[in-house]
Amino acid sequence: MSDKTMTAEQVVGRLRSGMTLGIGGWGSRRKPMALIRALLRSDVTDLTVVSYGGPDVGLLAAAGRIRTLVAPFATLDSVALEPHFTAARQRGAFDLVELDEAMFMWGLTAAAQRLPFLPVRAGLGSDVMKVNPHLRTVTSPYEDAEELVAVPALCLDAALVHLNRADPQGNAQYLGPDPYFDDLFCQAAAASYVSCERIVDTADLLKEAGPQTLLIKRAFVNGVVQTPNGAHFTSCVPDHDRDEAFQQAYARAARDAQAWQGFSERFLSGDEEAYQAAVKAFHEEQQS
Amino acid sequence: MSGGATTTGVTRAEYCVVACAEAWRHSGEILASPMGTVPAIGARLAKLTFAPDLLLTDGEALLIGDVPALGARAQVVEGWLPYRQHLALVATGRRHVMMGAGQIDRHGNQNISCIGDWARPARQLLGVRGAPVNTLNNTTSYWVPKHSPRAFVEQVDMVCGVGYDRAAEAGPSATRFHHVPEVVSNLGVFDFATPDHSMRLRSRHPGVTVEQILKATGFALTVPDEVPYTREPATEELRLVREVIDPKGARDREVPA
Repeated sequence: MSDKTMTAEQVVGRLRSGMTLGIGGWGSRRKPMALIRALLRSDVTDLTVVSYGGPDVGLLAAAGRIRTLVAPFATLDSVALEPHFTAARQRGAFDLVELDEAMFMWGLTAAAQRLPFLPVRAGLGSDVMKVNPHLRTVTSPYEDAEELVAVPALCLDAALVHLNRADPQGNAQYLGPDPYFDDLFCQAAAASYVSCERIVDTADLLKEAGPQTLLIKRAFVNGVVQTPNGAHFTSCVPDHDRDEAFQQAYARAARDAQAWQGFSERFLSGDEEAYQAAVKAFHEEQQS
Repeated sequence: MSGGATTTGVTRAEYCVVACAEAWRHSGEILASPMGTVPAIGARLAKLTFAPDLLLTDGEALLIGDVPALGARAQVVEGWLPYRQHLALVATGRRHVMMGAGQIDRHGNQNISCIGDWARPARQLLGVRGAPVNTLNNTTSYWVPKHSPRAFVEQVDMVCGVGYDRAAEAGPSATRFHHVPEVVSNLGVFDFATPDHSMRLRSRHPGVTVEQILKATGFALTVPDEVPYTREPATEELRLVREVIDPKGARDREVPA
Protein backbone atom coordinates (compact mmCIF):
# COMPACT_ATOMS: atom_id res chain seq x y z
CA MET A 1 0.00 0.00 0.00
CA SER A 2 1.17 3.48 -0.76
CA ASP A 3 3.05 5.42 1.86
CA LYS A 4 1.60 8.92 1.78
CA THR A 5 3.87 10.56 4.31
CA MET A 6 5.25 13.89 3.22
CA THR A 7 6.42 17.21 4.61
CA ALA A 8 4.31 20.31 5.09
CA GLU A 9 6.31 21.91 2.28
CA GLN A 10 5.43 19.06 -0.05
CA VAL A 11 1.74 19.54 0.78
CA VAL A 12 1.97 23.22 -0.02
CA GLY A 13 3.80 22.29 -3.23
CA ARG A 14 0.59 20.59 -4.34
CA LEU A 15 -1.47 23.76 -3.82
CA ARG A 16 -1.90 26.40 -6.51
CA SER A 17 -2.91 30.04 -6.46
CA GLY A 18 -6.63 30.48 -7.15
CA MET A 19 -7.62 27.17 -5.53
CA THR A 20 -10.61 26.63 -3.27
CA LEU A 21 -9.14 25.44 0.01
CA GLY A 22 -11.14 23.85 2.85
CA ILE A 23 -9.64 24.07 6.33
CA GLY A 24 -10.83 21.73 9.10
CA GLY A 25 -11.25 22.39 12.82
CA TRP A 26 -13.60 24.93 14.38
CA GLY A 27 -12.76 28.43 15.64
CA SER A 28 -9.53 28.11 17.59
CA ARG A 29 -9.74 24.31 17.86
CA ARG A 30 -7.68 21.68 16.06
CA LYS A 31 -6.69 23.87 13.15
CA PRO A 32 -3.93 22.56 10.82
CA MET A 33 -1.72 25.48 11.83
CA ALA A 34 1.61 23.93 10.82
CA LEU A 35 0.25 23.51 7.30
CA ILE A 36 -1.06 27.09 7.37
CA ARG A 37 2.36 28.32 8.48
CA ALA A 38 3.95 26.38 5.60
CA LEU A 39 1.39 27.92 3.25
CA LEU A 40 2.36 31.39 4.52
CA ARG A 41 5.99 30.65 3.61
CA SER A 42 4.97 29.86 0.01
CA ASP A 43 3.73 32.24 -2.68
CA VAL A 44 0.35 30.51 -3.05
CA THR A 45 -2.31 33.22 -3.01
CA ASP A 46 -5.70 34.30 -4.44
CA LEU A 47 -7.39 31.55 -2.43
CA THR A 48 -11.04 30.85 -1.80
CA VAL A 49 -10.92 29.69 1.82
CA VAL A 50 -13.78 27.58 3.22
CA SER A 51 -13.61 27.38 7.01
CA TYR A 52 -15.37 27.49 10.36
CA GLY A 53 -12.93 30.29 10.87
CA GLY A 54 -10.25 30.75 13.50
CA PRO A 55 -6.65 31.96 13.36
CA ASP A 56 -6.22 30.06 10.07
CA VAL A 57 -8.46 32.67 8.48
CA GLY A 58 -6.81 35.47 10.48
CA LEU A 59 -3.26 34.61 9.40
CA LEU A 60 -4.14 34.07 5.74
CA ALA A 61 -6.17 37.30 5.70
CA ALA A 62 -3.34 39.28 7.31
CA ALA A 63 -0.94 37.95 4.67
CA GLY A 64 -3.32 38.92 1.86
CA ARG A 65 -3.76 35.38 0.58
CA ILE A 66 -7.56 35.31 0.55
CA ARG A 67 -9.61 36.45 -2.43
CA THR A 68 -12.89 34.99 -1.14
CA LEU A 69 -13.79 33.69 2.30
CA VAL A 70 -16.69 31.26 2.76
CA ALA A 71 -17.51 31.16 6.50
CA PRO A 72 -20.23 31.49 9.12
CA PHE A 73 -17.84 33.20 11.58
CA ALA A 74 -14.24 33.72 12.59
CA THR A 75 -13.33 33.60 16.27
CA LEU A 76 -10.57 32.64 18.68
CA ASP A 77 -13.20 31.20 21.10
CA SER A 78 -11.71 32.48 24.37
CA VAL A 79 -11.03 35.76 22.52
CA ALA A 80 -14.36 36.46 20.85
CA LEU A 81 -13.21 38.42 17.81
CA GLU A 82 -10.38 37.35 15.47
CA PRO A 83 -8.51 40.67 15.13
CA HIS A 84 -6.93 40.03 11.71
CA PHE A 85 -10.28 38.87 10.33
CA THR A 86 -12.15 41.91 11.67
CA ALA A 87 -9.47 44.31 10.40
CA ALA A 88 -9.43 42.65 6.97
CA ARG A 89 -13.22 42.88 6.72
CA GLN A 90 -13.17 46.52 7.78
CA ARG A 91 -10.71 47.40 5.03
CA GLY A 92 -12.60 45.31 2.45
CA ALA A 93 -9.63 43.00 1.92
CA PHE A 94 -11.58 40.04 0.51
CA ASP A 95 -15.01 38.98 -0.72
CA LEU A 96 -17.13 37.20 1.85
CA VAL A 97 -19.67 34.44 1.33
CA GLU A 98 -21.30 34.57 4.76
CA LEU A 99 -23.32 31.44 5.46
CA ASP A 100 -25.11 30.14 8.53
CA GLU A 101 -23.27 27.34 10.41
CA ALA A 102 -25.81 24.70 9.35
CA MET A 103 -25.99 25.92 5.75
CA PHE A 104 -22.21 25.56 5.65
CA MET A 105 -22.44 21.98 6.97
CA TRP A 106 -25.06 21.01 4.39
CA GLY A 107 -23.02 22.68 1.64
CA LEU A 108 -20.06 20.48 2.53
CA THR A 109 -22.35 17.47 2.80
CA ALA A 110 -23.77 18.14 -0.67
CA ALA A 111 -20.25 18.30 -2.08
CA ALA A 112 -19.27 15.08 -0.28
CA GLN A 113 -22.34 13.30 -1.68
CA ARG A 114 -21.86 14.73 -5.17
CA LEU A 115 -25.17 16.58 -5.07
CA PRO A 116 -25.59 20.07 -6.54
CA PHE A 117 -27.36 21.32 -3.41
CA LEU A 118 -29.25 20.27 -0.29
CA PRO A 119 -32.49 21.85 0.94
CA VAL A 120 -32.50 23.57 4.36
CA ARG A 121 -34.87 25.82 6.26
CA ALA A 122 -32.02 27.96 7.60
CA GLY A 123 -31.41 31.21 5.81
CA LEU A 124 -35.04 32.08 4.97
CA GLY A 125 -35.92 35.54 6.22
CA SER A 126 -32.33 36.37 7.16
CA ASP A 127 -29.94 38.71 5.38
CA VAL A 128 -27.80 35.70 4.47
CA MET A 129 -30.11 35.57 1.42
CA LYS A 130 -29.52 39.26 0.71
CA VAL A 131 -25.72 39.28 0.99
CA ASN A 132 -25.52 36.09 -1.11
CA PRO A 133 -27.64 36.94 -4.14
CA HIS A 134 -26.46 33.70 -5.77
CA LEU A 135 -28.50 31.64 -3.28
CA ARG A 136 -31.70 30.13 -4.66
CA THR A 137 -34.73 28.55 -3.07
CA VAL A 138 -36.38 25.29 -4.06
CA THR A 139 -40.00 24.19 -3.69
CA SER A 140 -40.75 20.78 -2.22
CA PRO A 141 -42.23 18.55 -4.95
CA TYR A 142 -44.45 16.90 -2.34
CA GLU A 143 -47.83 17.97 -1.01
CA ASP A 144 -46.39 20.31 1.62
CA ALA A 145 -44.92 22.49 -1.19
CA GLU A 146 -42.57 24.12 1.31
CA GLU A 147 -40.14 26.65 -0.03
CA LEU A 148 -36.61 25.94 1.24
CA VAL A 149 -33.12 27.25 0.66
CA ALA A 150 -31.05 25.22 -1.82
CA VAL A 151 -27.56 25.38 -0.30
CA PRO A 152 -25.09 24.86 -3.15
CA ALA A 153 -22.38 22.23 -2.76
CA LEU A 154 -19.13 23.59 -1.31
CA CYS A 155 -16.75 21.69 -3.59
CA LEU A 156 -13.11 22.00 -2.56
CA ASP A 157 -9.94 21.66 -4.62
CA ALA A 158 -8.04 20.71 -1.49
CA ALA A 159 -8.65 20.20 2.22
CA LEU A 160 -6.22 20.63 5.12
CA VAL A 161 -7.03 19.04 8.49
CA HIS A 162 -5.13 18.21 11.69
CA LEU A 163 -5.85 15.13 13.80
CA ASN A 164 -4.24 13.36 16.74
CA ARG A 165 -3.00 10.22 14.97
CA ALA A 166 -2.73 8.84 11.46
CA ASP A 167 -1.09 5.89 9.78
CA PRO A 168 1.20 6.35 6.76
CA GLN A 169 -1.66 5.44 4.41
CA GLY A 170 -3.91 8.26 5.64
CA ASN A 171 -6.28 6.57 8.05
CA ALA A 172 -6.70 9.31 10.63
CA GLN A 173 -7.93 9.32 14.21
CA TYR A 174 -9.24 12.03 16.53
CA LEU A 175 -8.86 11.46 20.28
CA GLY A 176 -10.69 14.53 21.55
CA PRO A 177 -14.43 14.88 22.18
CA ASP A 178 -15.36 16.45 18.83
CA PRO A 179 -14.61 15.31 15.27
CA TYR A 180 -15.63 18.76 14.03
CA PHE A 181 -16.23 18.36 10.29
CA ASP A 182 -12.83 17.11 9.22
CA ASP A 183 -13.99 13.94 7.44
CA LEU A 184 -16.60 15.99 5.60
CA PHE A 185 -13.94 18.47 4.44
CA CYS A 186 -11.87 15.54 3.11
CA GLN A 187 -14.86 13.99 1.35
CA ALA A 188 -15.79 17.34 -0.21
CA ALA A 189 -12.28 17.87 -1.61
CA ALA A 190 -10.52 16.64 -4.74
CA ALA A 191 -7.37 16.18 -2.63
CA SER A 192 -6.93 16.08 1.14
CA TYR A 193 -3.91 16.46 3.38
CA VAL A 194 -3.86 15.32 6.99
CA SER A 195 -1.33 16.60 9.49
CA CYS A 196 -1.18 14.84 12.81
CA GLU A 197 0.54 14.85 16.19
CA ARG A 198 2.03 11.44 15.54
CA ILE A 199 2.13 8.90 12.71
CA VAL A 200 1.68 5.35 14.00
CA ASP A 201 1.52 1.90 12.44
CA THR A 202 -1.95 0.89 11.33
CA ALA A 203 -1.85 -1.95 13.85
CA ASP A 204 -1.37 0.58 16.67
CA LEU A 205 -4.32 2.83 15.82
CA LEU A 206 -6.67 1.12 18.24
CA LYS A 207 -4.21 1.01 21.14
CA GLU A 208 -5.39 4.36 22.46
CA ALA A 209 -9.13 4.37 21.63
CA GLY A 210 -11.99 2.52 19.99
CA PRO A 211 -12.72 2.16 16.25
CA GLN A 212 -15.25 5.00 16.22
CA THR A 213 -12.33 7.43 16.64
CA LEU A 214 -11.04 6.45 13.18
CA LEU A 215 -12.58 9.48 11.54
CA ILE A 216 -10.95 9.67 8.11
CA LYS A 217 -10.48 6.81 5.67
CA ARG A 218 -7.35 6.57 3.55
CA ALA A 219 -9.37 6.61 0.30
CA PHE A 220 -9.95 10.30 0.97
CA VAL A 221 -6.38 11.24 1.84
CA ASN A 222 -3.53 12.20 -0.47
CA GLY A 223 -0.84 13.12 2.01
CA VAL A 224 0.04 12.62 5.68
CA VAL A 225 2.35 14.93 7.63
CA GLN A 226 3.67 14.35 11.13
CA THR A 227 3.75 17.76 12.85
CA PRO A 228 3.89 17.45 16.66
CA ASN A 229 2.17 20.46 18.26
CA GLY A 230 1.05 21.22 14.71
CA ALA A 231 -2.28 22.69 15.76
CA HIS A 232 -0.53 25.21 18.02
CA PHE A 233 -1.77 27.63 19.29
CA THR A 234 -5.24 26.16 18.79
CA SER A 235 -6.37 23.19 20.91
CA CYS A 236 -5.72 19.57 20.00
CA VAL A 237 -6.96 17.68 23.04
CA PRO A 238 -5.94 15.35 24.58
CA ASP A 239 -2.47 15.99 23.13
CA HIS A 240 -2.52 19.66 24.06
CA ASP A 241 -4.92 22.38 25.14
CA ARG A 242 -5.17 25.74 23.48
CA ASP A 243 -2.12 27.87 24.34
CA GLU A 244 -4.10 30.71 25.92
CA ALA A 245 -1.04 32.81 26.84
CA PHE A 246 0.27 32.61 23.29
CA GLN A 247 -3.15 33.26 21.81
CA GLN A 248 -3.42 36.39 23.96
CA ALA A 249 -0.04 37.53 22.66
CA TYR A 250 -1.15 36.80 19.09
CA ALA A 251 -4.40 38.73 19.52
CA ARG A 252 -2.64 41.70 21.15
CA ALA A 253 -0.05 41.86 18.38
CA ALA A 254 -2.67 41.48 15.67
CA ARG A 255 -4.43 44.65 16.84
CA ASP A 256 -1.40 46.82 16.11
CA ALA A 257 0.60 46.97 12.87
CA GLN A 258 3.97 47.56 14.52
CA ALA A 259 3.43 44.91 17.17
CA TRP A 260 2.35 42.48 14.46
CA GLN A 261 5.55 43.07 12.54
CA GLY A 262 7.55 42.20 15.64
CA PHE A 263 5.43 39.13 16.36
CA SER A 264 5.66 38.02 12.76
CA GLU A 265 9.45 38.38 12.68
CA ARG A 266 9.85 36.52 15.93
CA PHE A 267 7.51 33.61 15.26
CA LEU A 268 6.72 33.37 11.55
CA SER A 269 9.92 34.24 9.71
CA GLY A 270 11.50 30.79 10.01
CA ASP A 271 10.40 27.20 9.45
CA GLU A 272 8.17 25.09 11.70
CA GLU A 273 11.11 24.02 13.86
CA ALA A 274 12.04 27.66 14.41
CA TYR A 275 8.41 28.44 15.25
CA GLN A 276 8.21 25.72 17.89
CA ALA A 277 11.55 26.84 19.36
CA ALA A 278 10.34 30.45 19.51
CA VAL A 279 7.13 29.31 21.25
CA LYS A 280 9.23 27.43 23.81
CA ALA A 281 11.33 30.53 24.41
CA PHE A 282 8.15 32.60 24.75
CA HIS A 283 6.96 30.34 27.56
CA GLU A 284 10.32 30.38 29.30
CA GLU A 285 10.12 34.18 29.32
CA GLN A 286 6.60 34.01 30.77
CA GLN A 287 7.91 31.81 33.58
CA SER A 288 10.73 34.12 34.60
CA MET B 1 -38.06 52.94 42.95
CA SER B 2 -34.98 51.42 44.45
CA GLY B 3 -37.05 48.83 46.29
CA GLY B 4 -35.87 45.22 46.08
CA ALA B 5 -32.17 45.58 45.64
CA THR B 6 -31.53 47.57 48.79
CA THR B 7 -34.02 45.86 51.08
CA THR B 8 -33.20 42.26 50.31
CA GLY B 9 -29.63 42.59 49.07
CA VAL B 10 -30.49 40.99 45.74
CA THR B 11 -28.23 42.35 43.02
CA ARG B 12 -29.25 43.34 39.51
CA ALA B 13 -27.23 40.42 38.17
CA GLU B 14 -29.29 38.06 40.33
CA TYR B 15 -32.58 39.44 39.00
CA CYS B 16 -31.17 38.89 35.52
CA VAL B 17 -30.23 35.30 36.39
CA VAL B 18 -33.75 34.59 37.63
CA ALA B 19 -35.29 36.25 34.56
CA CYS B 20 -33.13 34.11 32.27
CA ALA B 21 -33.93 30.96 34.23
CA GLU B 22 -37.65 31.66 33.78
CA ALA B 23 -37.19 31.45 29.99
CA TRP B 24 -36.72 27.68 30.36
CA ARG B 25 -39.52 27.08 32.92
CA HIS B 26 -41.92 25.21 30.65
CA SER B 27 -39.38 23.83 28.18
CA GLY B 28 -39.57 20.19 29.28
CA GLU B 29 -36.99 17.67 28.09
CA ILE B 30 -34.97 19.74 25.64
CA LEU B 31 -31.47 21.17 25.39
CA ALA B 32 -30.93 24.53 27.08
CA SER B 33 -28.21 26.43 25.18
CA PRO B 34 -27.22 29.55 27.07
CA MET B 35 -24.73 31.99 25.51
CA GLY B 36 -23.12 34.31 28.03
CA THR B 37 -22.48 34.11 31.76
CA VAL B 38 -25.84 35.18 33.19
CA PRO B 39 -27.89 32.89 30.89
CA ALA B 40 -25.52 30.02 31.77
CA ILE B 41 -26.20 30.56 35.47
CA GLY B 42 -29.91 30.92 34.70
CA ALA B 43 -30.10 27.62 32.81
CA ARG B 44 -28.35 25.80 35.66
CA LEU B 45 -30.65 27.41 38.19
CA ALA B 46 -33.70 26.34 36.17
CA LYS B 47 -32.35 22.77 36.01
CA LEU B 48 -31.70 22.66 39.77
CA THR B 49 -35.17 23.99 40.62
CA PHE B 50 -38.27 24.12 38.43
CA ALA B 51 -37.02 22.56 35.15
CA PRO B 52 -35.16 19.38 36.17
CA ASP B 53 -35.66 17.66 32.80
CA LEU B 54 -33.49 20.15 30.89
CA LEU B 55 -30.41 18.89 29.08
CA LEU B 56 -27.21 20.90 29.57
CA THR B 57 -23.82 20.80 27.85
CA ASP B 58 -20.33 21.41 29.17
CA GLY B 59 -19.99 24.16 26.55
CA GLU B 60 -18.14 21.71 24.30
CA ALA B 61 -19.20 18.30 23.07
CA LEU B 62 -20.66 16.66 26.19
CA LEU B 63 -24.13 16.52 27.70
CA ILE B 64 -23.65 16.68 31.45
CA GLY B 65 -25.66 14.79 34.03
CA ASP B 66 -24.79 16.97 37.00
CA VAL B 67 -24.85 20.73 37.50
CA PRO B 68 -21.32 21.90 38.32
CA ALA B 69 -20.31 25.41 39.32
CA LEU B 70 -19.46 27.79 36.49
CA GLY B 71 -16.00 26.90 35.20
CA ALA B 72 -15.85 23.59 37.09
CA ARG B 73 -15.70 20.24 35.33
CA ALA B 74 -18.78 18.05 35.19
CA GLN B 75 -18.46 14.76 37.06
CA VAL B 76 -21.27 13.02 35.17
CA VAL B 77 -21.59 12.73 31.39
CA GLU B 78 -24.96 11.61 30.01
CA GLY B 79 -24.45 12.14 26.30
CA TRP B 80 -22.35 13.22 23.36
CA LEU B 81 -23.14 16.31 21.34
CA PRO B 82 -20.33 17.34 19.00
CA TYR B 83 -20.89 20.36 16.74
CA ARG B 84 -22.41 18.50 13.85
CA GLN B 85 -24.91 16.69 16.08
CA HIS B 86 -25.65 20.01 17.77
CA LEU B 87 -26.48 21.60 14.39
CA ALA B 88 -28.64 18.60 13.50
CA LEU B 89 -30.39 18.75 16.89
CA VAL B 90 -31.43 22.34 16.14
CA ALA B 91 -33.41 21.07 13.15
CA THR B 92 -35.34 18.70 15.42
CA GLY B 93 -36.53 21.65 17.50
CA ARG B 94 -35.61 20.05 20.82
CA ARG B 95 -33.61 23.05 21.96
CA HIS B 96 -34.14 26.48 23.43
CA VAL B 97 -31.17 28.76 22.85
CA MET B 98 -30.59 32.10 24.51
CA MET B 99 -28.26 34.02 22.21
CA GLY B 100 -26.53 37.36 22.56
CA ALA B 101 -27.29 40.30 20.28
CA GLY B 102 -25.06 43.12 19.12
CA GLN B 103 -28.26 44.72 17.86
CA ILE B 104 -31.92 43.78 18.17
CA ASP B 105 -34.99 45.54 16.75
CA ARG B 106 -38.64 45.83 17.77
CA HIS B 107 -39.64 42.75 15.74
CA GLY B 108 -36.91 40.59 17.25
CA ASN B 109 -34.44 40.64 14.38
CA GLN B 110 -30.96 40.14 15.81
CA ASN B 111 -27.49 41.00 14.54
CA ILE B 112 -24.14 39.56 15.62
CA SER B 113 -22.44 39.82 12.23
CA CYS B 114 -21.28 43.39 11.72
CA ILE B 115 -22.11 47.04 12.37
CA GLY B 116 -22.58 49.32 9.38
CA ASP B 117 -22.62 48.39 5.72
CA TRP B 118 -22.13 44.64 5.31
CA ALA B 119 -19.95 45.05 2.20
CA ARG B 120 -17.45 47.08 4.21
CA PRO B 121 -18.47 47.15 7.85
CA ALA B 122 -17.51 49.91 10.26
CA ARG B 123 -17.12 47.17 12.84
CA GLN B 124 -16.92 43.48 12.04
CA LEU B 125 -18.31 41.23 14.76
CA LEU B 126 -18.57 37.44 14.84
CA GLY B 127 -20.47 36.64 11.66
CA VAL B 128 -23.99 35.17 11.45
CA ARG B 129 -22.92 31.97 13.27
CA GLY B 130 -25.99 29.74 13.79
CA ALA B 131 -28.54 32.51 14.25
CA PRO B 132 -30.42 31.87 10.97
CA VAL B 133 -30.78 28.11 11.62
CA ASN B 134 -31.65 28.64 15.28
CA THR B 135 -34.45 31.12 14.74
CA LEU B 136 -36.19 29.07 12.08
CA ASN B 137 -35.99 25.74 13.88
CA ASN B 138 -35.98 26.00 17.65
CA THR B 139 -37.09 28.40 20.35
CA THR B 140 -34.71 31.36 20.52
CA SER B 141 -34.48 33.99 23.25
CA TYR B 142 -31.95 36.78 23.64
CA TRP B 143 -29.78 38.19 26.40
CA VAL B 144 -28.41 41.74 26.21
CA PRO B 145 -26.26 42.64 29.24
CA LYS B 146 -25.96 46.35 28.31
CA HIS B 147 -29.33 47.76 27.32
CA SER B 148 -28.70 50.88 25.23
CA PRO B 149 -30.00 52.62 22.10
CA ARG B 150 -26.99 51.13 20.29
CA ALA B 151 -28.21 47.62 21.04
CA PHE B 152 -31.98 48.17 20.86
CA VAL B 153 -32.19 49.75 17.41
CA GLU B 154 -34.92 50.71 14.96
CA GLN B 155 -33.40 48.44 12.34
CA VAL B 156 -30.50 45.99 12.66
CA ASP B 157 -27.68 46.34 10.13
CA MET B 158 -27.70 42.63 9.22
CA VAL B 159 -30.54 40.24 10.03
CA CYS B 160 -28.85 37.13 11.48
CA GLY B 161 -31.54 35.90 13.89
CA VAL B 162 -34.90 36.24 12.14
CA GLY B 163 -37.59 38.34 13.80
CA TYR B 164 -41.36 38.09 13.49
CA ASP B 165 -41.81 40.50 10.57
CA ARG B 166 -39.05 38.97 8.48
CA ALA B 167 -40.24 35.41 9.17
CA ALA B 168 -43.78 36.35 8.11
CA GLU B 169 -42.44 37.99 4.96
CA ALA B 170 -40.47 34.86 4.07
CA GLY B 171 -43.57 32.67 4.23
CA PRO B 172 -44.89 29.50 5.89
CA SER B 173 -41.60 27.55 5.80
CA ALA B 174 -40.01 30.32 7.82
CA THR B 175 -42.84 30.75 10.33
CA ARG B 176 -43.54 27.02 10.80
CA PHE B 177 -41.23 26.57 13.78
CA HIS B 178 -40.30 30.21 14.43
CA HIS B 179 -40.65 31.21 18.09
CA VAL B 180 -38.89 34.07 19.86
CA PRO B 181 -40.50 34.22 23.30
CA GLU B 182 -38.41 36.84 25.02
CA VAL B 183 -35.50 39.17 25.41
CA VAL B 184 -33.83 39.69 28.78
CA SER B 185 -31.60 42.72 29.40
CA ASN B 186 -29.95 44.24 32.44
CA LEU B 187 -32.98 46.54 32.73
CA GLY B 188 -35.96 44.28 32.16
CA VAL B 189 -37.75 41.46 30.38
CA PHE B 190 -39.40 41.94 26.99
CA ASP B 191 -41.67 39.81 24.83
CA PHE B 192 -43.56 40.01 21.54
CA ALA B 193 -47.07 39.45 22.92
CA THR B 194 -48.64 42.25 20.89
CA PRO B 195 -51.01 42.05 17.88
CA ASP B 196 -48.17 42.77 15.42
CA HIS B 197 -45.47 40.91 17.40
CA SER B 198 -43.59 44.08 18.17
CA MET B 199 -41.55 44.23 21.36
CA ARG B 200 -43.36 44.84 24.64
CA LEU B 201 -42.02 45.56 28.09
CA ARG B 202 -43.07 42.63 30.27
CA SER B 203 -41.28 43.44 33.50
CA ARG B 204 -38.64 45.80 34.84
CA HIS B 205 -36.01 44.72 37.26
CA PRO B 206 -36.39 46.25 40.73
CA GLY B 207 -34.52 49.56 40.83
CA VAL B 208 -35.26 50.33 37.16
CA THR B 209 -37.81 52.91 35.99
CA VAL B 210 -39.89 52.69 32.83
CA GLU B 211 -38.42 56.06 31.78
CA GLN B 212 -34.93 54.62 32.08
CA ILE B 213 -35.89 51.72 29.80
CA LEU B 214 -37.55 53.97 27.23
CA LYS B 215 -34.48 56.21 27.16
CA ALA B 216 -32.21 53.21 26.59
CA THR B 217 -34.36 51.81 23.76
CA GLY B 218 -33.91 53.14 20.23
CA PHE B 219 -37.41 52.27 19.02
CA ALA B 220 -41.02 52.68 20.13
CA LEU B 221 -41.56 50.05 22.79
CA THR B 222 -45.04 48.88 23.77
CA VAL B 223 -45.52 49.64 27.46
CA PRO B 224 -48.56 48.31 29.28
CA ASP B 225 -50.35 50.52 31.83
CA GLU B 226 -49.02 48.45 34.68
CA VAL B 227 -45.44 47.22 34.43
CA PRO B 228 -44.69 44.57 37.04
CA TYR B 229 -41.30 44.01 38.57
CA THR B 230 -39.24 41.00 37.62
CA ARG B 231 -39.91 38.47 40.34
CA GLU B 232 -37.78 38.16 43.45
CA PRO B 233 -35.52 35.14 43.68
CA ALA B 234 -36.54 32.66 46.37
CA THR B 235 -34.14 32.22 49.28
CA GLU B 236 -33.15 28.77 48.03
CA GLU B 237 -32.58 30.13 44.51
CA LEU B 238 -30.27 32.81 45.89
CA ARG B 239 -28.35 30.19 47.83
CA LEU B 240 -27.95 28.03 44.71
CA VAL B 241 -26.72 30.96 42.64
CA ARG B 242 -24.35 32.32 45.28
CA GLU B 243 -22.99 29.12 46.78
CA VAL B 244 -23.43 26.36 44.21
CA ILE B 245 -23.55 27.71 40.65
CA ASP B 246 -21.54 30.94 40.75
CA PRO B 247 -19.51 31.12 43.96
CA LYS B 248 -16.86 33.27 42.26
CA GLY B 249 -19.38 35.96 41.30
CA ALA B 250 -18.91 35.90 37.53
CA ARG B 251 -22.47 37.29 37.22
CA ASP B 252 -21.36 40.60 38.75
CA ARG B 253 -18.70 41.07 36.10
CA GLU B 254 -21.30 40.72 33.33
CA VAL B 255 -23.87 42.87 35.11
CA PRO B 256 -22.26 45.23 37.63
CA ALA B 257 -24.58 46.05 40.53
